[in-house]
Parts: sequence; structure tokens; C-alpha cells
Amino acid sequence: MKVLLAALTGSGLILSSVIARAEEAAYADPVESWEQLWSTVLFDLWIMGIIFGALAVHWLIKYKAKSPDDVGDSPSLSRAQMWSWALIPAFIFMADDFYLAAKGWTVWNTYRNVPEGAMEVKVTGNMWYWEFEYEDGTTSSYDVDGKEGDGLVVPVGTPVVLRMTSNDVIHSFGLTKYRVKEDLMPGRITYIWFNPKEEAESWVTCVEFCGVLHSRMYAPVKAIPQPKFDEWLQKRAEEENA
Amino acid sequence: MSAQSEKFKLSEWIFTTDHKRIGVLYLIGSIAAFGIAGIMALLIRIEQSSLGPTLADSAMDAGNQYNVWLYFHGAAMILGFLIPGLTGFAANYFLPLMIGAKDVAFPRINAFSVWLFYTGIIVALLTFIVPDAPDIMWTGYPPYSLVTSGNTAFYVFTVHLLGFSSILGAVNFLVTVIYMRAPGMGWNQLNMFVWSTVTAFVIQLVFVPVLAAAVTMLLFDKYMGTHFFDPSAGGDVLLYQNLFWFYSHPAVYVILLPALGILYEIVATFSKNRIFNYKAGVYGGMWGTVLISGEVWVHHLYVSGMPNWIRIGQMVSTLLISIPVGLMAISLFGTLYRGSITFSIPMKYAVACLFLFLVGGLTGIPLAITALDLHLSETSFVHAHFHYIMGIFATFSVFAGVYYWFPKMTGKMTDEKLGTIGFWLNFVGVNITFIPLFIIGIDGMPRRYWDYEMYPQFENWHFVAMLGAIMIGTGMALTIFNWIKSAINGEASSANPWRSASLEWTHTVNPPGPGNFLEDVKVSEEWTPYDYAKR
Repeated sequence: MKVLLAALTGSGLILSSVIARAEEAAYADPVESWEQLWSTVLFDLWIMGIIFGALAVHWLIKYKAKSPDDVGDSPSLSRAQMWSWALIPAFIFMADDFYLAAKGWTVWNTYRNVPEGAMEVKVTGNMWYWEFEYEDGTTSSYDVDGKEGDGLVVPVGTPVVLRMTSNDVIHSFGLTKYRVKEDLMPGRITYIWFNPKEEAESWVTCVEFCGVLHSRMYAPVKAIPQPKFDEWLQKRAEEENA
Repeated sequence: MSAQSEKFKLSEWIFTTDHKRIGVLYLIGSIAAFGIAGIMALLIRIEQSSLGPTLADSAMDAGNQYNVWLYFHGAAMILGFLIPGLTGFAANYFLPLMIGAKDVAFPRINAFSVWLFYTGIIVALLTFIVPDAPDIMWTGYPPYSLVTSGNTAFYVFTVHLLGFSSILGAVNFLVTVIYMRAPGMGWNQLNMFVWSTVTAFVIQLVFVPVLAAAVTMLLFDKYMGTHFFDPSAGGDVLLYQNLFWFYSHPAVYVILLPALGILYEIVATFSKNRIFNYKAGVYGGMWGTVLISGEVWVHHLYVSGMPNWIRIGQMVSTLLISIPVGLMAISLFGTLYRGSITFSIPMKYAVACLFLFLVGGLTGIPLAITALDLHLSETSFVHAHFHYIMGIFATFSVFAGVYYWFPKMTGKMTDEKLGTIGFWLNFVGVNITFIPLFIIGIDGMPRRYWDYEMYPQFENWHFVAMLGAIMIGTGMALTIFNWIKSAINGEASSANPWRSASLEWTHTVNPPGPGNFLEDVKVSEEWTPYDYAKR
């Protein structure tokens, strides 16, 4: 197990340095970082799960009682064995924890450091709808019942930072496609950013329980090419001024 | 001698101060809570099994009734079943027997805590009678719990009653273990279950008051015009979440530790083996868990807008929980090594628990990592994770315990065939229910949704999960039927059917009478409750 974990740690470190070098040019993409971290962690989990699971199954079969009167004969541990069986596993678990924490911290920094030149959108949560306000004051929203409105529209290729608050209770902005999530609260402003790299349509869903229509509090999130976005924003502005 | 041979008198049970009867009262109350909360779970699964309102005519109706089911399911399972089932029933009945005590230190306080427990359960059940049922989840986050028309006060009073009951239990059992051990019984000769109860009660004693304070502030805000959680008047919405999880994450270990304690007993007995590395399990595992338990609550607030430094700091401390939990896993799994293993029903549940423990424990690791949690938080991945470890694992452990100690409590054996069918229905059922929730959770299915019209692709998995829930429902009903049937006319059991070496089996009759032991218990220096190895 120790050897395996050492190998795992080593390969992970090499891999992460390679990735780090490749990404120096531009800002890191949260979705890609998330996926890489997820597969690293999943690999870690499978190894631990298989070690414990296989040992348990092996012993359950091997040590099945031959006769009902049999008793087990596991040896009593010496003082040295006792300490080794406590400290060595503890050290391995701790090493793995720090390894995962270090990787997790790196991705976390990607998530929290908003790239320069990001487009800012103000998001307000209400029971039970989302309001989006762009830098020029233009707003957008989505009516779930009538299936009307555009929701959050963003241009492809520009990172988007959301400054969020709530008018009533706690809501949470869950954007599965871009692997981000953060609560909206009355009296506080929170932020997240995401990176719409290509044209895509997805959903933002409210993921903090907010009452009877909690599960109907969603809106489309559309990433469209910059020219189309400019056109859309202008049209929205005109509609609002009319 | 045997209580069973006397005529049944209800008043003797209500006013009893006997720890065994109090334990049985806790068992009946918590199984009742489990049954009702289980029906809620079934309704929840049915509602989600198809898009749009399934059990109601309109979206408003569906949302309203669904939220009450969620509230009741969560609150009753945790506060009404798991905690009282483990620290109420199991600790009450068996801890004094395991340490050779005639009763607990304060029998009348013990009786008072079971009354509080029943009052709490009744207040919780009023949910179904009052016009504006609480709909605030078991977490009761403000501002929603303050602005809802649902009756938040019922939630607050339920927590008060059950919390007070827990605090009294904690004081009582800690004093009992410290002062009432049989002469000669040293700290390293205690049953693992005794240690697990001690550590769980230490957590209760330290942290329950914090929860009580949090919900009391909720009560003041909603009904008395204070502004603890109201930002427009200088309050703070996050204060509640910090206080709530400062208790409620350690509460997970109040459930985990005694559940593991029961498993240690069963695995050792059915492997006829000593506990592997006892001291590492107790001092590293159980006490290590107590030590770290208070520094990890922010992992419930990873997406709540807490400062970055604490989200990273508590990511590290949360991951470090793997050290004590890993030590317990090693000593628990290691107890199988060179054992002589038999597979009666308690052991079947215990082995299933090892699997649930692995799945539930390991899926907690990605959730501990703040960056991964930005996607996984509040999805059904979380929902499946904590059901594996806290819900099903702990439930199976209670069930294993009831099957294991059934001959002790009743002098009768359970129906092995019925028990086995129930076990397989339960075990297969939970996996059919919760594996789909892992899958759709990774794809972004949010928690606490009765509808998911933006994600119609998840409908099939929800349907599968409902089928699993129906299997569990059938299995649980068979299991409880088995207990009732066997208690009334089961086969008589031998004095020590599992050939355990622990005091509750070797030194008392089935069931033990008043005073527990026929003669005073004394143990020698070499005695341990796991003394199986050939000499």
C-alpha cells in the first residue's frame, strides 16, 4: 500500500507539473482543473476501496469457521507492532490527505482568482426567479411558467464573474456545466467566475432550499458568439428603454 | 427473577427506572420514528420517480407536501431514530451490563430523559396535525425558517426536548462508566461499544448546547422580534449555519461512533477474535475523531461565501478525519484476520456495514475537497454519500445490534429465514436506491427537488431509485415483523447463543432481571470481553 501510494504521489506530482507548465500561457480553466482533480481523487478512492474491500472479502472466505466450536487465533500485538500499526497507517493517510489538499488548493485558487478583463454580471436571487444585470444596467431574467426570457446570456471567450446577492432568503447559484456553485444571501455579496469557451446552452438551478418552488427556480445560461451577444445586449437595452 | 415472567403492567413501564426497560422504551420509540420517517422516504422517492407532480395535482401542492416530508424524514431519522437508537436504546440496555454495573448512576434522570424523548417524538409528530407544518428541512436555515408560514416553533421545541434528553444521557453515562465499572475492570478492558458510547456522549455534552442556542435564537427572531439572523438590522444569516454545523457535524460522529461500536462487538463475536490493535482503535480512532470533530464544520459551508482561508483550512482538517476513521477501519477489518467466522443474521448486517462504510466513507473524500465541492455540493451525490455512511450504515448497525442482542432482551431467537430475506431485500434495495443518486449527482441533479423539468434525462434513474426504495420498505417491514413475531413466540434461545465472551452474555440470564447480575461481578487483570483465543 505504501509503495502504491508513493508511486501514486510521484506520478501525480509529475503530472501536475506538466499541466502547470502547459497552462502558464492563459488563465486556467476551472472546468478542466475540476475534471483533472476529480479523476485523481477517484483513482485514489478506488485504490483504497479495493485494498480494504479485497482484504475483507479474502478474509471472510479464508477464515470461514471450519466447525462452530472453533475460535480465532489472531496473535496479540507486541508494543512495537501496536505502534507500527497505528503510526504507519496514520502517516500514509496523512500523506495522502496532504497530497489531495495540495492539489485541491491549486484548483481552488483557479476558482477564486478572477482573470483580468472578466465581464461582470450582477445576479440577484428572489423567491423564485433569477435577475441578471449587465455592466451597462441592462437586465435579463427568465419566467419559468411562461418559459419566456433569455436568462443569463454571455459571450463566448470572455470569462464571466458573477457578483451575487439575494432579496429574500438564501439561494444558491448552481451552474453544473461550468462546475461552479455559490450561495446568494441577503446582506452579503458573493462571487464566482466561469469560462464560457464555446457556444453552449445549459441551466442554472437554485441549489439551496428556498421554499415551495425551489425546484422550479431555474433559468437558461446561453453562451453565444461575441457579435451575437452585442446584438442581443443592444436589443435588450432598447426593449427596456422603450 | 425474569421481568418477562411477571404480568405486564403499563405503569411499571412508564415509571420504570430500570435501564433495560428504558432501553426498550427507547427502542420502541425510535423504531416508531424510523417507520414514519421511512414512509416519508418512500413518498419522496415516489414523488421524484416521474417528472411533474406525481402525488399531487398542482406544483404548489406537490412542493408544499414534499417539503414537509423532507423536513420530517430528516429530523425524525437523525434526532428521533439514529441518535436515540444508538445512544438511547443500545447504550441504555447494554452499557451497564458490559461494565458489570447494576444500573446507571442516576436512574431517575435516566427515566426523565426517556420521557423527554417521547415528548419530543410527539411534538415532532404534531407536524402532521398542525395546519402550517414545518417545512424548513432538518437544518432550519434562516431567513427561510423565519419567513415561512410553516411552524418553525415545532422544530425548535423538538430540538430542545431531544437535545436536553441527550445532555442528561451524556452526564449519566459518563458518570456511570467512570464510577461504576466492576472491580478490577481497567480502561483498556472496556468493550469497544462502551468506548464508542463514551466518546459519542463527550461530543453530545460539548456540542448540543450550541445547537440549542442556535435554534433558540431562531425562535427569538421569528416570534419575539430579535434580529440575530436579519442583515437589515445588523444580524448575519451565516451565524446560524456556523452554529448549526458546529454541532451537527460532530453529531455525525455521535451516530458513527456507537454504530462502529456495535459492529466491533458483532465482528469480534462472530470472528471469535480479539479486536485488532484495540488501543489504536480507541485512542487513535475514537478519541482522535472527538478531537478533530469540532474543527471541520465549515465543509458544510464551502459554497456559503465563507472567507477563503477558512475554506482551505477546514479542507485540510476535514481530510485529516481520514486518520482516526482509517485507524478504526483497520482495527475493525483487521479483527476478521485469522478469525473463525460464522454468518448469522447479525454478522450479515455487520459485513454489509463494512461495505457501506467503505462506500460512504470514501465518497466523503471528494466532498472534503473545497474545489470539488463547488460542483458536488447540494447535489444528489452528497445525498447518496451521507445516506450510505450516516443513514444506511448506521441503520444497518442498529438492526445488526437488535438481531445480535435479541436473545438477550427476550430470551428468544429470531426467525433466521425471515431475517435473511429481509436482510437481502434491505441490502440490495439500498444499493439500487442510492447508486443511481451518485450517478445523477455527478451530472448535477440538485438535492431537495421534487421536480426536475430542466433535467428530464434523470427521470429513468429516479424511477430505478424508487424501485429500490420499495425493496427497502418491504425488507424493513419484514424485519420489524420478524422482531415482533419472534418476541411473542420465537424459539427459546440458549443462554449465550453466539458464544460471546462479553459480560452481558456470560454473567446475566436472558433477559436479565432487576439488578442485572446474579452475583457481584469482579474481573481479573487478564480478563477482556474478547477472550476467545485458545490458550
